[in-house]
Amino acid sequence: MHLNKVSVKFLVLLLITSFIINLTGCFRFGQERLIIATTTSTYDSGLLDYILPFFMEKYDINADVVAVGTGQALAMGKRGDVDVLLVHSPEAEKEFMDQGNGALRKEIMYNHFVLLGSSEDEARVRDAGGAAEAFGKIAENQSFFISREDNSGTYLKELDIWEKAGINPTGEWYVENGSGMAETLRMAHEKMAYTLSDRSTFVTLKNNLDIEILLEKDEELKNIYSVIMVNPDKFPGTNHEGAENLIDFLSSPKGKDLVKNYGVEQYGQPLFFPID
Amino acid sequence: MLESIINGLLEALKIIVTFNPEVYWVLFLSLFVSGTAVLLSSLIGIPVGTYLGLRPVPGFHFLMKLIYTFMGLPPVLAGLVVYLLLSRAGPLGFMQILLTPAAMIIAQTILVLPIIVGLTVVGVRSKEEALHSQIISLGATERQAAWIILKESRPQIITAIVTGFGRAIAEVGAVIMVGGNISGYTRVLTTAIVLETRRENFEMAIALGIILMALSFIINFGLYKWQQEAVEK
Repeated sequence: MHLNKVSVKFLVLLLITSFIINLTGCFRFGQERLIIATTTSTYDSGLLDYILPFFMEKYDINADVVAVGTGQALAMGKRGDVDVLLVHSPEAEKEFMDQGNGALRKEIMYNHFVLLGSSEDEARVRDAGGAAEAFGKIAENQSFFISREDNSGTYLKELDIWEKAGINPTGEWYVENGSGMAETLRMAHEKMAYTLSDRSTFVTLKNNLDIEILLEKDEELKNIYSVIMVNPDKFPGTNHEGAENLIDFLSSPKGKDLVKNYGVEQYGQPLFFPID
Repeated sequence: MLESIINGLLEALKIIVTFNPEVYWVLFLSLFVSGTAVLLSSLIGIPVGTYLGLRPVPGFHFLMKLIYTFMGLPPVLAGLVVYLLLSRAGPLGFMQILLTPAAMIIAQTILVLPIIVGLTVVGVRSKEEALHSQIISLGATERQAAWIILKESRPQIITAIVTGFGRAIAEVGAVIMVGGNISGYTRVLTTAIVLETRRENFEMAIALGIILMALSFIINFGLYKWQQEAVEK
């Protein structure tokens, strides 16, 4: 019977702890909440962890980041589940705006997509004049290419390039893995395959990878990130004021400086460039 | 590989002794979300399971097959359904609890409830078959018999709770979808492991994994002791 009391105490303690956490964490009082849905590259690279504390302090607001692919971020915006988006697929964004889901869209920063592969470069894409030509060489050579197949901004860009190259990629060499960028890079590394990546994800992870940049800085590979405020007329519950503040902050000289400076110390180069 | 695990172990010790507040928050939230889900599931599931075990309703066997099937409900599917229900554009959107711990508790409760009901039914039913006629022949009323059977089933019911807790604390598909893995708010141990892996901080990911296992061990330590007492009585 004595031991039984111990177990009861244990359970009661568990319950009490639960309730304390409930009060302090589950329902945050006071501070305003802004939910940002973003593509993984801006979050996983550490950019938002670097910038947002400045934003939160200035506006006394809690910025909650949900890092998903661009496709999923746009889907969350379409349902009014988040307040503001940070995404990188201009065409999909335009469609989003045309359907009245967004109230404001601003291009905020850019970098470039990079075509990656092993240093042997069996399809010789290094010599290609542009992205479409490089993709053509990979298809012709039937070299392994890893595609994300997930409606992310990177995947939509990849499809775009195949279309420009006039190729419908099918066959054993074209591997559709349905995964995120980090998993895809690791897979390309393991299989010595080609893949398309945003620059920031590759730079932050490249120490563990035996693949390198074979093609970059092609105008075709420009990667533009935009902020979109979810339409408050369509979804009255969203925090449009917070969203406007975030857009203002990212467009301000201070915001641009933060974007430009991030990564210089750690990676020896900026990962994103502000758009004026 | 081995190096990563050893470094992960060291990292885990470092986090624990230096009281890294961020990790402790993640740990507490994991416990809170999964603990609450198991508590809710038990409050609903044990009475329902006991009733079904004592008085099989019409269609009992079909119902059990259904419950067994739901014991294998993919977490990511549960997450998607809860997401669509709680979404602002969904039927329960007015509650505004998507991307909060409350949504995570609901999703995990859906995962744990079938386990608690199913295993409780099995436990109670086996005791009922073994003991019922005996208890009645000793002069007990049906009501008293039911109570005795429930008490005798305690070890099996604790197994149900242990299994349910194991499912909740280990799953990632549901909580990442309805909680969003928001830093300092809806990030739990499993979703933190996903993020650290994505960021290629493998050592940190393994450290969190070790902490998760250690936490489970402590919880199961208590539950097992409770179960042993129930067996010995």
